[in-house]
Amino acid sequence: MIDKALIGGRKYYGLIAVLLGVIGVGVLCYLWQFFYGLGITGLSRDVSWGLYIAQFTFLVGVAASAVMVVLPYYLHDYKAFGKITVLGEFLAIASVAMCMLFIFVDMGQPLRVLNVLLHPTPNSVMFWDFMVLTGYLLLNLVIGWISLDCERKGVAPPKWIKPFIYLSIPWAVSIHTVTAFLYAGLPGRHLWLTAILAARFIASAFASGPSLLIILCLIVRKTTRFDPGKEAIQTLAKIVTYAMSLNVFFLGLEFFTAFYSQIPGHMHPLVYLYAGLEGHGALIPWMWTSTALAAIALILLVNPGTRKNENILAFAVVAVFFSTWIDKGMGLVVGGFIPNPLEHVVEYTPTLPEVMITLGVWAIGFLILTVLFKIAVTVKEEAAS
Amino acid sequence: MGVNRRDFLKITGLGTLVGVGGKAAADLVFKGQVEAQEARPNEGALVGKRWAMVVDTKKCIEKIHKDGCKDCSIACHTVHNVPDFGNPKDEIKWIWQDTFEHICPNQHHPFTSESLEGAPFLALCNHCDNPPCVRVCPTGATFQRDDGIVLMDFHRCIGCRFCMAGCPYGSRSFNWRDPRPFVQNAREDFPTRMRGVVEKCNFCAERLAEGKPPACVEACKVKALIFGDLEDPHSEVREVLHEHYSLRRKPELGTMPQIYYIV
Ligand code: SF4
Ligand code: SF4
Repeated sequence: MIDKALIGGRKYYGLIAVLLGVIGVGVLCYLWQFFYGLGITGLSRDVSWGLYIAQFTFLVGVAASAVMVVLPYYLHDYKAFGKITVLGEFLAIASVAMCMLFIFVDMGQPLRVLNVLLHPTPNSVMFWDFMVLTGYLLLNLVIGWISLDCERKGVAPPKWIKPFIYLSIPWAVSIHTVTAFLYAGLPGRHLWLTAILAARFIASAFASGPSLLIILCLIVRKTTRFDPGKEAIQTLAKIVTYAMSLNVFFLGLEFFTAFYSQIPGHMHPLVYLYAGLEGHGALIPWMWTSTALAAIALILLVNPGTRKNENILAFAVVAVFFSTWIDKGMGLVVGGFIPNPLEHVVEYTPTLPEVMITLGVWAIGFLILTVLFKIAVTVKEEAAS
Repeated sequence: MGVNRRDFLKITGLGTLVGVGGKAAADLVFKGQVEAQEARPNEGALVGKRWAMVVDTKKCIEKIHKDGCKDCSIACHTVHNVPDFGNPKDEIKWIWQDTFEHICPNQHHPFTSESLEGAPFLALCNHCDNPPCVRVCPTGATFQRDDGIVLMDFHRCIGCRFCMAGCPYGSRSFNWRDPRPFVQNAREDFPTRMRGVVEKCNFCAERLAEGKPPACVEACKVKALIFGDLEDPHSEVREVLHEHYSLRRKPELGTMPQIYYIV
């Protein structure tokens, strides 16, 4: 099926060329980082994780959200999702690939990454995260590829694939739970030390992932002869609505616990993020943008009239995507480090090369996604004709 | 009895020396499955069951107020080839001064005694008895010896910095860039680090192995730093802790820090 990725129109080649260009710049910046060290980023001993780990955390969510199409289709026989399950699985593959790359570019000694396997340490959550992410990537590769190949041949998928599909459902939940545990088990980082963190992660994942999938479905419909179907998109929209509502609700719970209990350590990071602390407030505009986007999106999504209008829906899901990206991407990871353990406020601003490396990894992800979607859509177009 | 390289490092205190000859030596000895007799500490080495340090803050504050003393940090950073980048973003530090309210944020209140308010306190790795940094490290590069010392294997560290997020005391630093050009008069008897790995106070494991007390303890002219074995009922640390009221940093986190502050 790979051949289907090689033949395409001018727009397809154009997109690939643009992505390759961004990747090229990213690779050059990474080489610089590789030889100089992570000092080219804005990180410091006080804020020791930043943009890279934030993207990783966010994208684990996008990857996990494939379960939102797989589960209704396979467990509830919800036919409308039949056409797009493979899109969900391919989105998961691209996302996990990005996750792994973001971990890789964040490492101080990337060539030693295999030490995680050579010296397995089950007491470290990172070890488990490594395991579940790799497993999830393999599961989706196998499931996505086999199902699509059967669709191409016009035969039913083999029986042996079923257990893998069922396994992928709890597995998707596990990748985001384990990723939350990276944070939620650390003593002394108050923003992260919350039992609801995994639940928050999953809620925001099931909002942001399907949002991206809706956008992708709309693009696919516009640019190809394959139509994912109105019903599928509307059902995804409902999933986004519920998940985003839960996400905002969970965030509210954090505020209640912090501010009603009045425990300073619990309030500080939230105060820093939304109002600034000791005269520092680099993230305030970001956090309020996220809040505003969430509010607008929820109004448009909860209201059936606006949700059913695909143009408005497109706007709403873009808002959800960026709102959760800011909230989980920047706010959660960076906010966890501020104030630092000695209660000093030391801020973090990503540097230009750091941003370029980040964009480069996103571009790699989109390249994988473009190629996989191209294959899937071509197969579907041919099957339909 | 078989001893692997890690145990060898643990027992001999060579864990911190892996950068120079230690690693090569250990690899030579333990290449393949060479059986070795039980490794013993060096002759004359200081051995303990639970190393700890007590900071007599009265003496320390007095001295700092008098002459801006930095003897302990200078001694430590010199013997351990700690680089000086001259900027806070790249900064690496093993032992340093901050103020009481930052070292012990929960103990501070608006009417803190005048002698403590804004007073300089020392910060260093607590060699926690229940260290979160060890728990989170995905490679075992951060590990705890039987005598309680929390050590780094600079050659195993992948630079993921999970331990920095995990340490609730900000004790750990990262080599954001090649540190070697920033080490003045690098000493041969302790490894310099490469970029991309984490480092922190090692309770002078390499000096204990030679029978010497930690460099900071030796450097302190007013004897404000007391080092010893808490499991030994006759040790000086036990005695002073018995006689004085002492604080630990963030005890509520259950990390069981082993740096005690007499106030
Ligand atoms: S103070 Fe930090 S680095 Fe030192 S043992 Fe405790 S948690 Fe680990
Ligand atoms: S940075 Fe090194 S010592 Fe710290 S957790 Fe990662 S591998 Fe372990």
